[in-house]
Amino acid sequence: MAATRTRRRATGRPPRLLIAAGAVTAVVALIPLVYLLVRVSEAGLQRIIEVLVRPRTLETIGTSVSLVLVVVTACLAIGIPTAWLVARSTLPLRGMWLVLVALPLAIPSYVAAYAWLAQFPSMHGFWAAALILTLVSSPYVVLPVTAAFRSSDPALEEVARSLGRGPVRAFATTTLPQAWPAAAGGALLVALYVLSDFGAVALLRVDAFTRVIYASYRASFDRVSAAVLALVLVGLAALLVYAERRVRGRTRRWRVATGTQRAAIPVTLGAGARLGALAWLTGLTILALGVPLVSLVLRMLEGSRTPLDPLELLTAALTSLGVALAGAVLAVLLALPVGILAARYRTRSVRAIETVSYTGHALPAVVVGLSLVFLTLAVFPAAYQTIFILAFAYAVLFLPKAIGATRSATASVSPVLEQTARTLGRGPLRAWAETTFRLTLPGIAAGGLLVLLTAMKELPATLMLRPTGLDTLATELWSRTEIAAYGSAAPYAIALVVLAAGPAWLLSRAMTRADTDTSADTVAP
Amino acid sequence: MSSLTAGYGGDAVLSDLDLSVPSGAVAAVLGPSGSGKTTLLRVLAGFLKPTAGTVYFGERLVAGAGPGFPHAFVPPEKRRIGIVPQEGALFPHLDVSANVAFGLPRGAAAGRVAEVLEMVGMSDYAHVRPHELSGGQQQRVALARAMAPRPDVILLDEPFTALDAALRVRLRAEVRELLRGLGTTAILITHDQEEALSTADLVAVLRDGRIVQVGTPLEVYDVPADLGVARFVGDAVELPAVAQGERVTCALGDIPVHASTSLARDGEATVVLRPEQLVLSCPVEPAGPAPLPGAGVVRETSYHGHDSMLRVELADGTAIPVRVPGGTPPPRPGDAVVVSVTGPGRVYPA
Repeated sequence: MAATRTRRRATGRPPRLLIAAGAVTAVVALIPLVYLLVRVSEAGLQRIIEVLVRPRTLETIGTSVSLVLVVVTACLAIGIPTAWLVARSTLPLRGMWLVLVALPLAIPSYVAAYAWLAQFPSMHGFWAAALILTLVSSPYVVLPVTAAFRSSDPALEEVARSLGRGPVRAFATTTLPQAWPAAAGGALLVALYVLSDFGAVALLRVDAFTRVIYASYRASFDRVSAAVLALVLVGLAALLVYAERRVRGRTRRWRVATGTQRAAIPVTLGAGARLGALAWLTGLTILALGVPLVSLVLRMLEGSRTPLDPLELLTAALTSLGVALAGAVLAVLLALPVGILAARYRTRSVRAIETVSYTGHALPAVVVGLSLVFLTLAVFPAAYQTIFILAFAYAVLFLPKAIGATRSATASVSPVLEQTARTLGRGPLRAWAETTFRLTLPGIAAGGLLVLLTAMKELPATLMLRPTGLDTLATELWSRTEIAAYGSAAPYAIALVVLAAGPAWLLSRAMTRADTDTSADTVAP
Repeated sequence: MSSLTAGYGGDAVLSDLDLSVPSGAVAAVLGPSGSGKTTLLRVLAGFLKPTAGTVYFGERLVAGAGPGFPHAFVPPEKRRIGIVPQEGALFPHLDVSANVAFGLPRGAAAGRVAEVLEMVGMSDYAHVRPHELSGGQQQRVALARAMAPRPDVILLDEPFTALDAALRVRLRAEVRELLRGLGTTAILITHDQEEALSTADLVAVLRDGRIVQVGTPLEVYDVPADLGVARFVGDAVELPAVAQGERVTCALGDIPVHASTSLARDGEATVVLRPEQLVLSCPVEPAGPAPLPGAGVVRETSYHGHDSMLRVELADGTAIPVRVPGGTPPPRPGDAVVVSVTGPGRVYPA
């Protein structure tokens, strides 16, 4: 009977109208990718191959792949020991360190790049980008691995000890293997972050995919090569998303025994080890948080010597809010049918709609920007560089977040409530509105807020699609940093960090729950 | 309902099912998990369209083909049914009185809400939120919510399963009283034979999507339609036997069987006894040359306080469970005993 009691899904066929609405969402999500494919195929095979084998293309691929490998390796090397210290040792102030290791999530990559540049203006190139990307993306490894270490059953290690393993080998043969899926999942998120990141590589002048695509779009004479490169980038990103999903399926805890699990007894660190651990964490914190913050504060103080135009800052903030709000509303409306379908039904068509609607996941913002520029110029010139197309881009990019929120909110409400409302005289729509919708509204609204905050700090798609003269906080920071006006950029950087704090907090909470299924939905460079 | 067939995506879960419940009766649909109970409930409530057959509520056709209606289907909101789901499923965002008022027309609700809350003994909780109620209280409110619009049929979907044993027994009795008082037709879906027997006027045993027996609780327990029903409804002691007319011979001797279960053909058969029909006594005299029918040795004793379960090995080597009431110390393993039978058994083909 357990099966029927815990059933959260309604069985049977989904309503046709809901499927139709979901299909609209899926089509919208596919538009940028499909149009990119159309543009590339128009160029002809010969031209495509010619672009692909060009030394510059190969160099770009090489740069991006190396950057991904270096950053992922560094994140794992830093992340796993850090996670162990925070989760399993008698480190002083563990609670504080747990917060500090999550905080870099609140620093958008281009803000970190700006802050380091403002302090060390000669900092450019591959290794600079690798350093900064490692610092801002290391929480993607640290947090899930910490969660895995904390949730692994200490009884396993004790059994290993009783079977004759020493403490180190017991850890290595029981707890560590359980943390591997979390580490691998985190590493793939880092890879996706690095691959799609535009802000840091562009400001530090590293010719990775995103910067090259943006540059060839700006140069505007070589649209085919931009499109081909974008497609290669999407292919790599899709591979990472696929791998991440596969790994995530295995991250669920393997605990077989039932009953309440004890917390692990932390390993006592000797005096020397304690000192070493504290030095390690302090060093990391200084690099990841200290330098950017000190730089921001110094620039702010300097900036106050040159007059700050508060009106300009306010305008940019309101503009960011306005366009992001339009995008968030659109994303929530599009997400609603898909989220409900995914939570309630598991037919083949529902799976297809859900998968397709998640396309935005594997699409770096630069690619969406590029495709929508092409599309509007070729098909709807009137929409080119309007708020509508910008909101549309935000909706496609952040649709997965809105769907995830709708789906999990809906799944937490038993369909029996809606059915009971039906028997009490409500038609299908009113039954939904008075029960499920009422109960899921907070969850859906939270998803919308997450989209809003994420869209407010979006950079590359905004740069490419915004109406002329429209400036958001992110574009203001970008243009001021480009001309090395670091002082006047500082207020914008601070505003962006404040904005990013909300999504960062949600993300860190999701990632420290070992059995989360939203980690990838919330990755946002 | 008649010739009802229903299922999901081409797999028929219910096939060719016939059942009619007299108006005002409390009927239990009893079946193991996977037997199609939930599917039947969903068809009755209107959440699932039957692929064939008809469902009538009294004179009213709610699903299937009828005179003048080739494909009648009344949606759940127009069926005049009340549902008491598993674990209540109260609307968590509404307080108790708003839950009960949900199915009532606005304005006219207040009096009726007070009335039904009074009936289920929840008057003091009108403005409490569902999460502040205990499991039993939630079920009472769910029942009040289902009764409030005066439905033609009340469907109860395993309403007591989530409650602890003592509460379950008490609430079951209360609900039975209440349903009898209302005179509303009620259908109780359950996998618990004790619940079905003690609550319903009529028990329908469902197995693999088919009704295998319909009868009063007494009939279903005393004269099960087949061996499967006998095993499912209550504990059964099965013994190989030789049938001869209305008597059988088995390891416990020559015993009478219910006339309605006697077989058309004499010969090899299985006889089913209920544990309470077995009576244990000490052998009065040392065994003669031929062992007494039912003579055996206690092999295992498990003591439960109010009674004890023994495993008795008979002379021919078969082991049977025997329940002896508590109060006196139960026999120990190794003791010689005699098992005798009171009342008739039921006989089925071997």
